[in-house]
Amino acid sequence: MNPIIRFENVTKRFGALTVLDNFNFEVQRGEKVTLIGPSGSGKSTVLRILMTLEPFQDGHLELDGTSYHEPNGRGPFKASEKHLHKIRCSVGMVFQSFNLFPHMTVLRNVVEAPVAVLKMKRDEAESRAIELLRMVGLSDKKDQFPSQLSGGQQQRVAIARALAMRPRVLLFDEPTSALDPQLVGEVLGVIRDLAHEHDLTMLLVTHEMRFAREVSDRVCFFDKGRIVEQGDPERFFSNPQQPRTREFLSSILGDQEPVRESLRCAL
Amino acid sequence: MMYGYAWDTSTPLTFALSILPILGIGLMVTLKAAAVGYAIALVFGLVLALLRRSRIKAISWTVACFTEFVRDTPLLVQLFFLYYVLPEFGIILPAFMTGALALGLQYSAYTSEVYRGGINAVPRGQWEAATALNLSRLQTYRDIVVPQMIPRIVPALGNYLVSMLKETPVLSVVTVLDMLGLANMIGERTFDYLVPLSMVGLIFLPMTLICSALIFAIERALPKSGIPLR
Amino acid sequence: MTWTQYLMPLLKGAQVTVTISLASIAIGAVLAFAAGIARTSSNRFLSGIAFAYIVLFRGTPLLVQLFWFYYALPLIGISFDPVTTGIMVLSLLTGAFGAEVVRGALLSVPPSQLEAARALNFSKTYTLWHISMPQAVIEMMPAFGNLAIQNLKDTALVSLISIADLTFQAQSLRNITLDSATVYTLTLIGYFLIALCLMFAMRFIEMKLRRGPAFPRSAHS
Ligand SMILES: Nc1ncnc2c1ncn2[C@@H]1O[C@H](COP(=O)(O)OP(=O)(O)OP(=O)(O)O)[C@@H](O)[C@H]1O
Ligand SMILES: [Mg+2]
Repeated sequence: MNPIIRFENVTKRFGALTVLDNFNFEVQRGEKVTLIGPSGSGKSTVLRILMTLEPFQDGHLELDGTSYHEPNGRGPFKASEKHLHKIRCSVGMVFQSFNLFPHMTVLRNVVEAPVAVLKMKRDEAESRAIELLRMVGLSDKKDQFPSQLSGGQQQRVAIARALAMRPRVLLFDEPTSALDPQLVGEVLGVIRDLAHEHDLTMLLVTHEMRFAREVSDRVCFFDKGRIVEQGDPERFFSNPQQPRTREFLSSILGDQEPVRESLRCAL
Repeated sequence: MMYGYAWDTSTPLTFALSILPILGIGLMVTLKAAAVGYAIALVFGLVLALLRRSRIKAISWTVACFTEFVRDTPLLVQLFFLYYVLPEFGIILPAFMTGALALGLQYSAYTSEVYRGGINAVPRGQWEAATALNLSRLQTYRDIVVPQMIPRIVPALGNYLVSMLKETPVLSVVTVLDMLGLANMIGERTFDYLVPLSMVGLIFLPMTLICSALIFAIERALPKSGIPLR
Repeated sequence: MTWTQYLMPLLKGAQVTVTISLASIAIGAVLAFAAGIARTSSNRFLSGIAFAYIVLFRGTPLLVQLFWFYYALPLIGISFDPVTTGIMVLSLLTGAFGAEVVRGALLSVPPSQLEAARALNFSKTYTLWHISMPQAVIEMMPAFGNLAIQNLKDTALVSLISIADLTFQAQSLRNITLDSATVYTLTLIGYFLIALCLMFAMRFIEMKLRRGPAFPRSAHS
């Protein structure tokens, strides 16, 4: 079967800085992939390129067989706005800082795009939105504004908002990094439920290693714009092959866990 | 014919060129008015700002009302007020001085707000630290407050200079022969307002653009090291 | 003639002043949005035209503009009555200053909001009107308030193209009575009162816009 996402020798530069250098990466339909790696390694960049928030300079990227570049496309994206629009129809994104629209109620945040972009009827969109809000456990908050919600609640609304567009690929860029520790669980719970959807392809950037191990089919370790090591989460976490991976994992797990552990003991 | 320069109305271009020296004389008046007015605004504005900080409520309150009143009423009417009322009190000034005074007065209301904002933006802790170090009031202002104020207030003060420059033509209403005053006279005599008025606009445009660019350059060149501007 | 007798003509003038001010603020606001949006547009032509308009009207004195439209334009066959000229020039000036306010406010909308809109596949126009603008308008209000006051003060200049506004009436009264101090004091107070009303109106609009939990914090935070 064809992969749904295929990066082929993709090169991405910010001025003189090369973030992705001949990057190759494939994701199968329905696969749940976690990207981990140190700060600045290019994880967000991969997601942002997929979401057409960033253009890339060289190489080839396909989504479900459709190339991001058009043969005679112009501009930084080498594609027409219409073409990008078509690509974005299959991709959704959940941002680290939620990015809900502050001037719209929770319900309108979820309804707006299906009505305006998918031309769905408002009643239909609303009943679907309420369904999605129920799924993320927030149907009672539908008439509130984002500023009245906690971070965790906002992020759950953002997930519902992305799902309302029926994406086939859903991107999560550190969805819990901006949250207070006690709110992380509720968001991970929603993502965990989503991971059971067989059709949905998920690409997740996170620092929650235990969660990554639990939900993903594959974990990719990213460093300096390359995938250094990837594989089945069990094997990846229990027996990393590359020294760089071991170093990273120990810096994240080895240092943090004992601290938490000792804190718990002290309390 | 004016100031010894004759004009040549044969074509718009020759007309424009022939009145250029006359407008040049007007330009000097315009610049002088702006310079005098701005000097008054800088000094009197500072006085207002300091009085506004007075511990005596009656003073600070009166100054606050006065500033607000001057800010919210038209320069032209203030100009008429000074032009017609001052002589009634025996203060007879040349039209140019009255005009510059009106400009200075109106803009001192603006600059006083700039100074005030600049002083208020210096964190309270700085004043407390100065007190703790036993600095006198003068030393506190001179060594602590003013150096921190400067980069904050210069851009705003600069923008008011440009605004003031653009308001100087109002002085022509009280017989000051600035650029616009002269252009109007030329228009009256030749029955052609198009060329002289367009010329005035065309001279103002690069002047304000250059001034704005200069202020921007100064703003960037100011020492800001260590002073949080936002 | 006592000072109470001055009030009638001054009130008549004030009415003209208020009319001209409100009309040119309204038209100026439309121009401000048009030019401000054009300035942020990626269309070079539109943004160029808006830029030229803004530079031209911000860079030259109002009085020169006013005289130019009133005395010079008729010489090439285009003439309007004084009130139309006054409203037109004031609108163009207010619009040019307002355009920079609109542009600044649009640019101050966090890029993350635009990215979210893009991720949801909103069109550029839809994003402008439904995502950026509602958030930007709140940011514009304080600056628009200042522009409204500036506009009111600027209307005094239309007395110089023979419109019978407050300043014009004051001039006529002074010429008849020679009671300069009283006439101009009353006139200044008149402008101040109108300015206060204008300020309250703008504050009221801002409060209305800001009300509710959508924008809980002030623009300055
Ligand atoms: N808009 C930009 N302009 C210039 N450089 C950028 C830009 N965005 C990202 N970068 C640089 O690209 C590199 C990769 O950034 P990216 O955000 O993809 O890293 P990341 O792996 O997501 O890191 P983090 O864990 O901190 O989010 C970084 O060095 C970053 O500084
Ligand atoms: Mg990132």
